[in-house]
Amino acid sequence: MAITFEQVNFSYGAGTTLAQRVLHDITVDMPTGKVTAIVGQTGSGKSTLIQHINGLLKPTSGQIRIDDFELTASTKEKELVNLRQKVGIVFQFPENQLFANTVLEDVMYAPLNFGATKDAAKLEAARALNRVGVSEDLWGKSPFELSGGQMRRVAMAGTLASNPSVVVMDEPAAGLDPKGQTELLSIVLELKKLGKTIIFISHQMDHVVAVADQVVVMNEGRVVAKETPRQLFNRELSWFQTMKLDLPKAGQLAEKLKDKGVTLSRRPLDLGELAELINQEVGHE
Amino acid sequence: MNNIMIGRFVPGHSWVHRLDPRTKMMITFVYILVMLWANNWQTYAWATLFVIGLVRLTGQPFKLYWDGLKPIFWLILFTVILQLLFTPGTPVLFSIGPLRVTVPGILNAVYVMVRFVLIILMSTILTLTTPPTSIANALESLLSPLKKIGVPVAELSLMLAIALRFVPLLMDETQKIMNAQKSRGMSFSTGGPVKRAKAIIPLLIPLFVGALQRALDLANAMEVRGFKDAVQRTKYRILSYQKIDQVAFLALGGFVVIFLIIKTVIHG
Repeated sequence: MAITFEQVNFSYGAGTTLAQRVLHDITVDMPTGKVTAIVGQTGSGKSTLIQHINGLLKPTSGQIRIDDFELTASTKEKELVNLRQKVGIVFQFPENQLFANTVLEDVMYAPLNFGATKDAAKLEAARALNRVGVSEDLWGKSPFELSGGQMRRVAMAGTLASNPSVVVMDEPAAGLDPKGQTELLSIVLELKKLGKTIIFISHQMDHVVAVADQVVVMNEGRVVAKETPRQLFNRELSWFQTMKLDLPKAGQLAEKLKDKGVTLSRRPLDLGELAELINQEVGHE
Repeated sequence: MNNIMIGRFVPGHSWVHRLDPRTKMMITFVYILVMLWANNWQTYAWATLFVIGLVRLTGQPFKLYWDGLKPIFWLILFTVILQLLFTPGTPVLFSIGPLRVTVPGILNAVYVMVRFVLIILMSTILTLTTPPTSIANALESLLSPLKKIGVPVAELSLMLAIALRFVPLLMDETQKIMNAQKSRGMSFSTGGPVKRAKAIIPLLIPLFVGALQRALDLANAMEVRGFKDAVQRTKYRILSYQKIDQVAFLALGGFVVIFLIIKTVIHG
């Protein structure tokens, strides 16, 4: 499912004296079956933006099209149930949403809410748990007995179990150890293979490079760039400083090399490319 | 969640904001006490005038006060209806079975409503213009004589301060968990009462788990910074009365004296 924001504005407490404008005239699209990364410094409106995709927030003006569904300021709460089945959001620190007696029951919560029978919900839950790599011996345990990393996976399964076509993730890797982060990225790529549209917020540019097809950069409630990681990370260094964004590790290294007098032909995205470019440089001499 | 106004502090620089929190607390206390003596419309009018004057002095839009009144609307309505239906007296306007609407009943209902609204407004003035930590400090200072008879005043006020600090945090947390469960298809507004009550479980359990976790974290953070109970602590902010507080006490005294004069003269 494709998602299109058209001139979306949003204010918290719209119409009151304390109204606070958070999104300004957002027009952007997130194509079907692609991975879109949203980056930007804290407070730039990323989390507010993604809460519009399943109607947790409604635009103050403008509209969002999710496939054939149109979300505007006047959309009724009742109409949103279908949308929420199609768009799953994994929030920041999703382990805070766990509540059920067992892991399996918790993951069954969403399919049951969306009208699945108990057996169907169990099947969906099992599939989702396998997909995120939670082994079967944990399914009968209380979610509160698990380790932090396992809780994160169970919570992700809790969103995936309703089999959404769009998966939105708010900093899914935050607080995971390096191994957990790598595994998370491979889950993202696997979901992409299944044809799902994926949107994720990240502060780690290496993750963006590893999985994103396009990057949306936000600053002070506006979309300031929408391009491929290749295009984005070839921008001027000063631009990244104004946006308070990092380069990927390989790009940072290339900049350090430049300071020492070694200029590469382009800015590499990952370590493999960096090695290749250095090799070229050395080969020339 | 943002519309819950109870105990919300709005920073400002008005006269009322600058008063010592103890002064504000005592004024609120005395005012509520005096309100219990109000018995005719002239006294209520005078008390209303005093509150309106104070509200104006805080420099906050009236909408904030209105938001503070809204949550207890049903409580007020309930009390008013009770007064309206069960006050004995004459003349009786009409009656259905044991229920009688009488003229004193209507009068009583109006008085009770006004009394309620005024007391809430007065407490809203206190919480709107005083940061929660100052309220806790003021309470500690005002109750400090009780230390002599072994009441752990400092600990109680610390507990109060922490509880107040947790209110916005927990509201935030509630909003987050609600968003997560709504995304998983939770709905509060369908089904019968049992189903609705059950629908709250996925909200309450994470909230309790989170609150306990936070409390443990806070306890640890306090302990590693050397917190011990039952020791004499010094204060970062030392409360001291200023000239403005003397003026406020004079105003309060004036209010009470005039109130008592109105009450006795008109009654007598």
